Amino acid sequence: MPFCGPRTDRTRILMLQPIARRLPPWAPALIPAATALLIVACSPSQYPQTTLLPRADFAREADHLLRTTLLWAAIVFVLVEGALLLAVWKFRNRPDSPEAVQTHGNTTLEIVWTIIPAFILAMIAVPTVRTIFRTATKPGADALQVEVIGHQWWWEFRYPQLGITTAGELKVPVGRTVTLEMTTADVLHSFWVPQFAGKRDVFPNRYNNLWFKAEVTGNFPAQCVEFCGQQHGRMAYRIVALEGAEFDTWAQSFNTPPKDFSADSTADPLVRQGQTLFTAKGCGGCHSMYPALPLVGPNLHHVGSRSFVAAGTLQNTDENLAKWLRDPQAWKRGVLMPNLGLKDDEIQALVAYLRANQ
Amino acid sequence: MATTAMERAPAHAEAPTGLWSWITTVDHKRIGILYGASAFIFFLLGGIEALIIRLQLAGPNKTLVSAETYNQLFTMHGTTMIFLAVMPLSAMYFNYMIPLQIGARDVAFPRLNAFSYWVFLAGGLILNVSWLFNAAPDGGWFGYANLTTRQFSPGPNIDYWTVGLQILGIASLAAAVNFFVTIINLRAPGMKMMHMPMFVWMSLVTQVLLLLAFPIITVALVLLMIDRTFGTHFFVPSGGGDPVLWQHLFWLFGHPEVYILILPSFGIVSEILPVFSRKPLFGYAAMVFSGAFIAFVGFGVWAHHMFATGMGPFADAFFSVATMVIAIPTGVKIFNWLGTIWGGRLELKSPMLFALGFIAMFIMGGLSGVMHASPTSDLQQTDTYFIVAHFHYVLFGGSIFALTGGAYYWWPKMSGKMLDEGLGKLHFWLMLIGFNLTFFPMHILGLNGMPRRVYTYTSESNFALLNQLETVGAFFLMAAFLVFLWNIYKTSRSKVTAPADPWNGATLEWSIPSPPQVFNFPKLPQVHGRDALWDMKRERDGSLPEPQRVDGKGIHMPNPSFRPVIAGLGVAITLGGFIGGSHLWVHLAGLAVLFYGVFSWVFEPAG
Repeated sequence: MPFCGPRTDRTRILMLQPIARRLPPWAPALIPAATALLIVACSPSQYPQTTLLPRADFAREADHLLRTTLLWAAIVFVLVEGALLLAVWKFRNRPDSPEAVQTHGNTTLEIVWTIIPAFILAMIAVPTVRTIFRTATKPGADALQVEVIGHQWWWEFRYPQLGITTAGELKVPVGRTVTLEMTTADVLHSFWVPQFAGKRDVFPNRYNNLWFKAEVTGNFPAQCVEFCGQQHGRMAYRIVALEGAEFDTWAQSFNTPPKDFSADSTADPLVRQGQTLFTAKGCGGCHSMYPALPLVGPNLHHVGSRSFVAAGTLQNTDENLAKWLRDPQAWKRGVLMPNLGLKDDEIQALVAYLRANQ
Repeated sequence: MATTAMERAPAHAEAPTGLWSWITTVDHKRIGILYGASAFIFFLLGGIEALIIRLQLAGPNKTLVSAETYNQLFTMHGTTMIFLAVMPLSAMYFNYMIPLQIGARDVAFPRLNAFSYWVFLAGGLILNVSWLFNAAPDGGWFGYANLTTRQFSPGPNIDYWTVGLQILGIASLAAAVNFFVTIINLRAPGMKMMHMPMFVWMSLVTQVLLLLAFPIITVALVLLMIDRTFGTHFFVPSGGGDPVLWQHLFWLFGHPEVYILILPSFGIVSEILPVFSRKPLFGYAAMVFSGAFIAFVGFGVWAHHMFATGMGPFADAFFSVATMVIAIPTGVKIFNWLGTIWGGRLELKSPMLFALGFIAMFIMGGLSGVMHASPTSDLQQTDTYFIVAHFHYVLFGGSIFALTGGAYYWWPKMSGKMLDEGLGKLHFWLMLIGFNLTFFPMHILGLNGMPRRVYTYTSESNFALLNQLETVGAFFLMAAFLVFLWNIYKTSRSKVTAPADPWNGATLEWSIPSPPQVFNFPKLPQVHGRDALWDMKRERDGSLPEPQRVDGKGIHMPNPSFRPVIAGLGVAITLGGFIGGSHLWVHLAGLAVLFYGVFSWVFEPAG
């Protein structure tokens, strides 16, 4: 008898009985509570950056494939994990267990369980390849073109058809295909609008592209998804989808030269002081106030009406603008913008000036 | 000649003790223990890094660590766990178990084996010494150019990484040659290839992967290093270089690397399951060929890490389908493991629990893997926590579960002490619960848009709750390994010694005393088929007498040598001169040490 090693006491699999006896009487109530918590935690609508509620054609393609593979994965998961648990339960060593059956294999069985996974994978591979080729076609010339440029650590958006440049907030019309031609000014980044489309990495000296047609209006958070150095974690941006007409109005109003408050005697003196400071402190060396002039730093034309500042990481409130101006390095260490050593009243004036630009 | 060699190397029945005997050892078992101890310390270090990461992410906008430190932590966590924990933990078993399982007295090149260990240790130390200078690598374990070029990473951080990994690569390549030759040439009389234990088979396949994959990463690292040091332009776009080239080279290594990390674990599990099911491995031949097939196809799937780079539809389709094809042999393995336990009499002891836990967790990692083999779907998943969940299910749920199971399985053989069963079960359950608590929510977070490698997140994102759950899970995992350490400490002080064959083993390592004597086998065993020890027991009607320690007179073993340490030091100094620029005198000093080490080694009598 080869398999008659010393018999040990019967192994308990779960060892839960002694624990269960010591639990307080309200313990079972924890189960529905935990389940409720889990359902809340799993509900995609909780997450503004979710991929599970697609709001554009490209994201729907991805979502459709996800659901196909997830379905097959769930079936395989239940069957195989079930078989594993069943085997452990059924064949665990008990005093009356029969001897183990000395089989070495079963060719028929092995062929069957090679073919079944192959079949399942074919069920996934066929729609996958079809989707790959479908999403690889480039949209027509009537699409809205946007040139997307990654910078450490913010995104620049240029609209060549409209002749405008903006930063940190990509405005797109609903119902019209948007084509993104994407590159980077420094290291690799990856552009992602989870609700609208998958990711595309950007490379220096090369244009990558992506397209989508937004279905709903809204202001969606997004962030860079290729590790790009120190502040990768705070390289966010917003996607603002507008109704077509609203988008056109915005584009037109955007394409105007910046207001010159110094020539406007009716303007708030604080705003006028801010404009003077903007020049005096050298802000304009990096930040353009003109709609189509890209400089080293993010374009600030109409910055007053953006929903977020500091690369999508701070809501565009006066307090947050002041916080950023007081010490950009405190919020985002390593960012190119230095601490300018501004006094409180200077900050107030600059905030007023930036706010007035909308 | 034979007489003089034997005079120089008297075969001691008991090994010499003391620090010097460990430094100069060429005994595969001691080198295995050195690998294991070093790797376990690195594993704990990587674990501490992970805990800090988890604490930093336990809430939105936390400032426990700075962005720079966080980037260093996740880079070093990945680099450590892959190169300094899972690979050398596998190497521990290669070292200790391959000669024992094939019935050999040592590996083919014992001094080269020592050299591998010391070079590995030097590489690990160079990587980690960077912490002392606040200059730990911070470009990710994947080190994507052009972020890692001198322009964007001017500090020495990335130098520690390129140098450290090159040194580790030398250690891996030397070891791979050694084990390949050992397995091919030193099998006991009668042991055909198709008689080898499955762990030996999977180890053999792993050595082939190492031999083919490590030269690729070495080329990439050398190119990056000379870009950084001498201003060449392999990866510098302004000079016409291409960062995408780095990605191809890196993943051409990086994907086979994944199988380097998991195949030894497949082997360990394939050893444990039959022994604790009391029946042979189901479908042995299919297990061998599926392992080899995984390794082969593993070289043709690298670009599935790069779907977001925009390779075009043909490349996407090819790499997608090739990746799915790998799921077939992997499925075959899982079904054969189920076939092995089906109809068995399962002894649910600690090693078996970890092996079963491995299957359960690895299935999940495999299934999520198929989910992002589909490129359009992967474009939503890549670089999110969904991927972090996936590869922790295969590398922690897979490799670490199997390696831990291997530790419980082979501990008696390696230490001569039995680990405590109760603490082993506690370890298992803490680890299973902690593991799932830590990594399962990452699937949900990833699909809901949480990117990887971010040092913080906003409160608007709503990522906090699940991240907090994960942090709690991470402390369960810490507790699990504290229980393991306590188990080791407690049982090492116990007087109870392990028998030669505590589990009714099937393979030759259980036919000799625990721990084995220096020469392993007083007389080389004669093998007639698979499961050699079960065969022998069957012939003797069920059991063998407890093997006795013998004096080993006349058994010829290699001499101890400190030359491999010198040669290893030379390698480390020569390449270490590239940290923070090129330092000519350091290179020359290193080359002198290396030259001395290698030449004195060549002229030293091997014994």
